[in-house]
Amino acid sequence: MSNPSRRKLITTGLAATASVSGLAVAARLADEYGLIPPDSGGVYGPGRTLTLAAQRLLTQNSMAREFPRSLISNPPNANGKPPKIAEFQRHLATGFADWRLIVDGMVARPASFSVAELRSYPTRSQITHLACEEGWSFIGEWIGVPLSHVLKVVGVLPQAKFVVYFSVQPGWWDSVDMADALHPQTLVTYGMNGGDLPAGHGGPLRLRVPRQLGYKSVKYITRLTLTDSLKGFGKGMGSGASEAGYSWYSGI
Amino acid sequence: MLCFFALLLTGIEILISHPRFYWGETGNVMSPSLFDLPIPASRGGIKTGYGFVLPDQNGWSRALHFQAGWALVLTGILYAASSFLTGHFRKDLLPSRADLSWPVLSKAIADHLRFKRPSETEAWSYNVLQRLAYMGVIFVLFPLIIWTGLAMSPAVASALPFTVTAFGGQQSARTIHFFVTLSLVLFVLVHVMMVILAGFRNRMRAMITGRVSAK
Repeated sequence: MSNPSRRKLITTGLAATASVSGLAVAARLADEYGLIPPDSGGVYGPGRTLTLAAQRLLTQNSMAREFPRSLISNPPNANGKPPKIAEFQRHLATGFADWRLIVDGMVARPASFSVAELRSYPTRSQITHLACEEGWSFIGEWIGVPLSHVLKVVGVLPQAKFVVYFSVQPGWWDSVDMADALHPQTLVTYGMNGGDLPAGHGGPLRLRVPRQLGYKSVKYITRLTLTDSLKGFGKGMGSGASEAGYSWYSGI
Repeated sequence: MLCFFALLLTGIEILISHPRFYWGETGNVMSPSLFDLPIPASRGGIKTGYGFVLPDQNGWSRALHFQAGWALVLTGILYAASSFLTGHFRKDLLPSRADLSWPVLSKAIADHLRFKRPSETEAWSYNVLQRLAYMGVIFVLFPLIIWTGLAMSPAVASALPFTVTAFGGQQSARTIHFFVTLSLVLFVLVHVMMVILAGFRNRMRAMITGRVSAK
């Protein structure tokens, strides 16, 4: 073996080692900062990871746009009808008096809140856009308690990384990382356009995540679970939507 | 080309879940539309006049759309950077001042309309209409398709609100995204037609290898 080719072999080897370890360090750092989504496996993983990482860096301190009252869509488009399941119909008949929001998992004081209790907490009202991944959208006023306040009441343990939230509708669940969970515009919503949140829009309780598309704002929520890993939930992809092929992160 | 077709196909898939267009910030089945496409939809809530609903393909379509978008943007940045450095834009694409005069332009348009074949020497350099078309695609349509795409993102809108308000709203951006797509499709059709007219095998070899074969 001649000298130049040996040199070439060594430099190529070094470059390869450096890029592999560079990539490993980058992946490690990205994971540390929550830039790798739980559905990053499979052929679309690279695109999903790039999108989440780029948008997370871009939106670190950003607020969803808020609009003047005059831009509220009338009538607002409720996508779909309230669930037909008996459990929901029973609550609907009693005006959601017994509806509970259970908060458990990695919290100091697990709790269960009635809608009335949530209403007694500090209120935030915001007029924001709800855009569906299909292409349609509307603007509404959403009234609720910031999720960050509910999390303060129960005392989140420091190792918690995600809030998983469940609808009364079986199979409908999703999750957000702490960056979105603690964002001031992430609301446990109980009101809309000055009144109660209509059942068609997710009443009595809907989690609103306004910097992401509509499917992230799960209707009829009954339970929030704090966790450090999404592996134990469903197929471990972070949401029912991801299992159906929809990206876990829906900022675009 | 691969990215373009992936984007076009998945874009159509996403479009059929709501083949209605609006102007402004909002639009949905309960508000009037700017125009409706006369195609079937993949959602039952939209009145299309067709008696059937297509299957929902939005999950993978959206994932592939954005992944192909990333690939296109990243290669686009490489192409733009190398073209600026090598002077490709200035030398090969920027029309000369003389070419932009009306007599030259009108002759070029007339020659094209008569499908007059260029001479052997003319044929291997871009003519003025080609240059204008390529410049339009590279500096107007591509930036616009990316911008209008990003303007539909609620996260981007939260960080950079002017990217949306510049178009008059998120639905306006979606409508413009559609028309820019149509323009790009038109460009590709004409482009491919021209390549075929100019001799498909020869041109493809030249495009891929960068060499011009003397016949």
